[in-house]
Amino acid sequence: MAEWVAACAVDDVDEEDVIRFDHGGRSFAIYRSPDDQFFATDGFCTREKAHLADGLVMDEIIECPKHNGRFNYKTGQAKGAPVCVNLRTYPVKVEAGKVMIEID
Amino acid sequence: MATTAKTKRDYSLVGESTRRAIETGLASAEWYHTDVSRKAMKELMQRSDGPAIRDTIIWISAILGSAAGIIWFWSTWWVVPFLVVYGVLYGSSSDSRWHECGHGTAFRTRWMNDVVYQIASFMVMRNPVTWRWSHARHHTDTIIVGRDAEIAVMRPPDLLKAGLAFTGILDFRYSLPALLRQALGRLSDDEKSYVPEMEQGKAVLAARWHIAVYVATIAIAIALKSWLPLVLIDLPRLYGTWHMVMTGLLQHIGLADNVVDHRLNTRTVYMNPISRFIYWNMNYHVEHHMFPMVPYHALPRLHDLIKHDLPVANPSIWHAYREVWPVLLRQLRYEDYYLKRELPPTARPYRGEFHEADMSAAAE
Repeated sequence: MAEWVAACAVDDVDEEDVIRFDHGGRSFAIYRSPDDQFFATDGFCTREKAHLADGLVMDEIIECPKHNGRFNYKTGQAKGAPVCVNLRTYPVKVEAGKVMIEID
Repeated sequence: MATTAKTKRDYSLVGESTRRAIETGLASAEWYHTDVSRKAMKELMQRSDGPAIRDTIIWISAILGSAAGIIWFWSTWWVVPFLVVYGVLYGSSSDSRWHECGHGTAFRTRWMNDVVYQIASFMVMRNPVTWRWSHARHHTDTIIVGRDAEIAVMRPPDLLKAGLAFTGILDFRYSLPALLRQALGRLSDDEKSYVPEMEQGKAVLAARWHIAVYVATIAIAIALKSWLPLVLIDLPRLYGTWHMVMTGLLQHIGLADNVVDHRLNTRTVYMNPISRFIYWNMNYHVEHHMFPMVPYHALPRLHDLIKHDLPVANPSIWHAYREVWPVLLRQLRYEDYYLKRELPPTARPYRGEFHEADMSAAAE
């Protein structure tokens, strides 16, 4: 059963940056794009257990801190070697200054 | 009284050491990282095209200029200094360009990284697909026996092989046959262990392109009845690889294996500005392994920020080799022996068992 969960306050994430959010034994990455929109993906790179919140956000790309694997954090698409498996993304909305993500 | 080594290492990627590394949690482990604030790390990770464009213009100009000198002075003794410069630029600095552009950190613009990566892969005689994946594995499992595909000097050390590496002969003994095998559509079991199935076809295609260029160069040399095309395209790996080996061997040689702390298995060495240009600052190697997202031009700043937490860097290439040589000699008899890196009092400890290894056998 999917539920909306408050992940963080809007101001917790800088523009063109990412933070970590842990919930229910799972880990997520919450992004704020350069055009001030919010997105969410699984927290760990699909290649290794490296947390994407330690990586670098450039435009709509998140780069993994371990092997420089690159994903489009808006779609989850893996952008090529050394990552092949797409990231899972989650619906996001902003309510009353909170970033909410829908988790099943 | 000497005793025999306690451990026999199996460096294949599908053997006993592999099984043990996975079982003990050494494979894909959680590695130590020095604390750096997110703000500082974001600044250090920032990409820009400027430094790499500047360095690449200098690099290509120097390659073309020295190549012109070789052609102009061909069959006179004046060709020698041009061969020295061209050889090192082609046969050695291609390795660092391959490396940085493979990480995607040299340029901010992706296609610039990709173009230089492909060219440098050819120059350094590496399959651009298989080596991209082997290098990812090297960062996941740095000097973990049975997992890391890029351990340059295995234990016990083969000193003849290490010495021959300076001549580039090993590329013609190993790299070229590997490219030929891959061009025929065959990847080894080790290669299959780190190249995903969906990428293996690309590896075969890349090998075919490389071999095609080599064959074309040989054909031109025969048609012109001249060694010149081979001296410019195929053979720089023989006469210009020494600088790459001199700097690259120091990255991990003689240090601990099977630890999950780059401070213990990786070495930072201060180098002169020319070597740092050729090597693109990879002398800051502990820093690079700990934070591979930081571009080469920001590594000196990262070094200044975290050196309180790292072993003291070797002050020179010469100093590092003087330190390593007796270790290699001792490893010939006791392969478990290694150079234990001392952390400064200001360093944070991590996984204390790696700092307290029993080397009593080697001390006897």
